[in-house]
Amino acid sequence: MTIIDNTSAVPAPRADDGNSAPLLEVRDLHVEFHTRDGVARAVNGVNYTVDAGETLAVLGESGSGKSVTAQAIMGILDMPPGRIPQGEILFRGQDMLKMSAEDRRKIRGSKIAMIFQDALSSLNPVLTVGYQLGEMFRVHEGLSKKEAKAKAIELMDQVKIPAAAARVNDYPHQFSGGMRQRIMIAMALALEPDLIIADEPTTALDVTVQAQVMDLLAELQREYHMGLILITHDLGVVADVADKIAVMYAGRIVETAPVHELYKRPAHPYTRGLLDSIPRLDQKGQELYAIQGLPPNLLKIPTGCAFNPRCPKAQDICRTDTPPLYDVTERDGGALPGRRSACHFWKEQIHG
Amino acid sequence: MAELGKKDDAVERADATPNTTEVDVVDAAGEDAAVAAIEKPVRRGEPILQVRNLVKHFPLTQGILFKKQVGAVKAVDGVSFDLYQGETLGIVGESGCGKSTVAKLLMTLERATAGEVFYKGQDITKLSGRALKAVRRNIQMVFQDPYTSLNPRMTVGDIIGEPFDIHPEVAPKGDRRRRVQELLDVVGLNPEYINRYPHQFSGGQRQRIGIARGLALNPEIIICDEPVSALDVSVQAQVVNLMEKLQDEFNLSYVFIAHDLSIVRHISDRVGVMYLGKIAEIGTDSEIYDHPTHPYTQALLSAVPVPDPEAREGRERIILTGDVPSPANPPSGCRFRTRCWKAQDKCAEEVPLLAVPERFKGQDTQAAHESACHFAEEKDVVHAA
Repeated sequence: MTIIDNTSAVPAPRADDGNSAPLLEVRDLHVEFHTRDGVARAVNGVNYTVDAGETLAVLGESGSGKSVTAQAIMGILDMPPGRIPQGEILFRGQDMLKMSAEDRRKIRGSKIAMIFQDALSSLNPVLTVGYQLGEMFRVHEGLSKKEAKAKAIELMDQVKIPAAAARVNDYPHQFSGGMRQRIMIAMALALEPDLIIADEPTTALDVTVQAQVMDLLAELQREYHMGLILITHDLGVVADVADKIAVMYAGRIVETAPVHELYKRPAHPYTRGLLDSIPRLDQKGQELYAIQGLPPNLLKIPTGCAFNPRCPKAQDICRTDTPPLYDVTERDGGALPGRRSACHFWKEQIHG
Repeated sequence: MAELGKKDDAVERADATPNTTEVDVVDAAGEDAAVAAIEKPVRRGEPILQVRNLVKHFPLTQGILFKKQVGAVKAVDGVSFDLYQGETLGIVGESGCGKSTVAKLLMTLERATAGEVFYKGQDITKLSGRALKAVRRNIQMVFQDPYTSLNPRMTVGDIIGEPFDIHPEVAPKGDRRRRVQELLDVVGLNPEYINRYPHQFSGGQRQRIGIARGLALNPEIIICDEPVSALDVSVQAQVVNLMEKLQDEFNLSYVFIAHDLSIVRHISDRVGVMYLGKIAEIGTDSEIYDHPTHPYTQALLSAVPVPDPEAREGRERIILTGDVPSPANPPSGCRFRTRCWKAQDKCAEEVPLLAVPERFKGQDTQAAHESACHFAEEKDVVHAA
């Protein structure tokens, strides 16, 4: 495959470069937006890492800061009104927030790519999909128009769009929703990035098409050994593809865990509530459990634990002290790798 | 009221010039009878809405000055089902399968191309005037998107109170404010919010406003078109629970249209699965979810991601290839055959009828429910093997 030959010319080869730093590490990231009504603190100290070949699912409701974190990583945050007062985003050990705009531009697209939720509004309606796919090669690799178009066809084949050569000159509106999402995936894959951020990639799709697209994404990820950050609010999709999960609430990570562990034994009341509030396909339940109240206003996040006004287990300490992200252990103190919970009462939550 | 009725009749008679319309014009006596029939209550468990061979084709035209019809988008193409008093009928299907068009037809927001919708024995596709108005009072709708279905320039009180302008007999003028506050309380909103505007509410709260508006006229049927799909998971559960509570409280019948199969299972007594303008399979919730016999239902159910990695491992997944064909040019015979793994020559030639499959007839099994497939077979795809 010729695509591989091209990227091998780019420095910093993947996987076996002897560099022990994780592919991507986010450290204590804060993002705030200055609005007329005050400062909205969208992200308040997020930490996570993604390794090559690994899938991290970031789960949260709207307004939990999951997309803003992704935009900060990609460097496509609107600044102003956005501001990153503190934090580091390390890509292979280098802090991207300290890089020049030109250096970041080189990483964006070729090293870190993003798949957006709504393919119809993310694609330019007045340009053919072939042109838009080829743009990646023309801009980043300086290929000619003709070469770029050949590459575009190759990519469309790869994401299994039937009759790619015939459809390369079609416009986005001529494709169905699932096909458009495949084009978005093709565009993200074009330069074989090391990391893909997928922001709700299947939310706008029907279940049968959703299954096709998620399978394709997982297959391509395996093939290229990419890191994948999957942002979603769908607990079902997460269970299907993720290796580990980070649950976000009001701009903080409240729980991280390997995927099986999280569903079996959640260590945070919010995660428990989310799991209980989804109806199951394979059983008919009684009344659904509903988390009381509404997600907090980011202009005035409650003091202490942000979840305390909605939490059935809240005590006085929850209203005053912000819980750190505790390491979660077995009852006898045995380590549970990768498990952390930002709840003062995680022991009671996980060990009943 | 009596005077008002007379005036309406006069207008009706003046309009009733012969040979002008294909819509039956009900004469005054007929209309009175129709209104009387509509106002009669239906007992629990009896059919309140009977849909028979409902068809809606949207014409495709060509040319600017001399428009000629070159085809039709067959959005709904022969749909039949019953809705019983007090039950919830779920309708599921992919986008473009015609489920929202069915909702509009039931609301008489669109005129059906053919077929009948009987509400308490009256064909509402042929009604007009006073009788239609009476039907519309009793069939209300809750829309999908709580952001666009509420007028941003009206206060919540005006939005919920607007149905009373059209049907003043439900709440007299002086009583409206109190009635609106009562409705706000019923859907779990603070009655003091009556003077606020929609933008001051969150998505879940707006959907509650939409539900309150639907309830305002004390309807018997509420048609819910994707009422929770725009909401966050934790808020979805609140709204679903509210809808179930209201159903018990006001003795409502729901037609619940959604693409989320888990939610539909949770709320529905019976479920119909639609594909390209036709019903593929219909039955009680456990008949459909635990004993599906139509391949499309099986594929649809197996594609739903289950939020439990353990339960998922034993499940078989059927991944359909390709997309839904265009409803302007549907496949011959069985419409699902182009994506079906069981398709044979017979499927291209003969349209399968929605009926209890021959092989399950008379058997005491849950697989014996209506399914439009020549080769209906039971297959449990939801539970782990």
